[in-house]
Amino acid sequence: MTRIAANTPCRVRLILNGKERVGQAESRMLLSDFIRHELGATGTHLGCEHGVCGACTVRVDGVASRACLMLAVQAEGRRIDTVEGLCDGDALGDLQAAFKRHHALQCGFCTAGILNSCAEFLDKTPEPSELDVRDMLSGHLCRCTGYTGIVAAVLEVAAQRRGAPPETSHV
Amino acid sequence: MKPAAFDYARPESRGEVLKLLADTGSDARVLAGGQSLMAVLNMRLAEPALVIDIGGVADLGYIEIRDDRLCIGANTRQAELLAWPELAEHAPLLARVMPWVGHFQTRNRGTVCGSITHADPSAELPLSLAVLGGEVVLERRHWRRGRRVVPAAEFFQGLLTTAREPDELLTEVRFPLARADHDYRFTEVAMRHGDFALVALAAVIGPDEIVLGAGGVADRPVVRRIPRDRDFDTELNIFAWSLGAESDAHASAAYRRQLVRELGHKLLTQATP
Repeated sequence: MTRIAANTPCRVRLILNGKERVGQAESRMLLSDFIRHELGATGTHLGCEHGVCGACTVRVDGVASRACLMLAVQAEGRRIDTVEGLCDGDALGDLQAAFKRHHALQCGFCTAGILNSCAEFLDKTPEPSELDVRDMLSGHLCRCTGYTGIVAAVLEVAAQRRGAPPETSHV
Repeated sequence: MKPAAFDYARPESRGEVLKLLADTGSDARVLAGGQSLMAVLNMRLAEPALVIDIGGVADLGYIEIRDDRLCIGANTRQAELLAWPELAEHAPLLARVMPWVGHFQTRNRGTVCGSITHADPSAELPLSLAVLGGEVVLERRHWRRGRRVVPAAEFFQGLLTTAREPDELLTEVRFPLARADHDYRFTEVAMRHGDFALVALAAVIGPDEIVLGAGGVADRPVVRRIPRDRDFDTELNIFAWSLGAESDAHASAAYRRQLVRELGHKLLTQATP
């Protein structure tokens, strides 16, 4: 049985975006704070810190989860994927590029969480309807976009990944 | 919005969990999926001395059919139940309810038993357990009285309050299996899909009577049995007033009562889509 006393930092080791990372965490430290403050991956944003807004959503062993509702010590040995892992080298990944193209973000605070949900969603739902996308997005609050651009971006990436040619862009 | 300091334990067996609970009692909280407890800890509505993470106890994660019950272990996640291929066949009410339980991002970690033991009055899973007449299994470290089975009607005692004693672990929840001559229906209204329900209604429609349950209005799920030969609208009005609705920032008491009448009318009179 693992036991960690209060106020006692212990070592947490996890796989962040494919690389093994180690940091110190007290038992009460949230996974979101561990990723940002210990590992320096500040792409993950924190909005409400009680699971409602969805900004801190990351993928834990591939499934979208709220990083603010998980302890850092619970992530020991697990694979954590954040928005930084969605890049294609130095370039934007296809999902990120589609968000840019469709103006699916304005201030961008909620976007990292939405991208992580979309990443898992598209893996499991390769041919989503607009209703499917909106249902998936109901777990996120975005106060800038009205969601229209986000829905368009997700549907376009789904079509692209199925091999449909992209629409000719506006001049 | 950060938890207060606590000791953390991650036991690997049911016996270790029960020993920790016996030693620590009301100063301990059990952590499974964390989708209710972590929010409570972050808001410091609870400041336990010990958090017992049962995620490492292998024999608490299962979906099984035993006798005429669907039995779900304490570590089974809501997403696992929703993805269970036999859900619509054995528990059609749960098949209708599960897409309304939180969002897919919270169902990925949240457990079925966790939602039930948290006992939020607007949560869909406690309502389902109450309407179906299910039960929970509570275990404690005791040489003779180590295990008891509590019906939903006795388990839910008020706002976030249940019959669970501080040294008990809710190890299993049991939903009665679907019966062929019964129809199972569910509907709710919330500020956005996946949020807490303003009113949630679940109904089991049998040949002779209807069992109707409401969540989101009273301090716990409330169940009323309505014979099929009664006037539904009169019965729904009586039911709506019996719930003791109160006004809050989201909806007035009158609006909640009207939702019970309107949603109830649709639920009881329209064919299942």
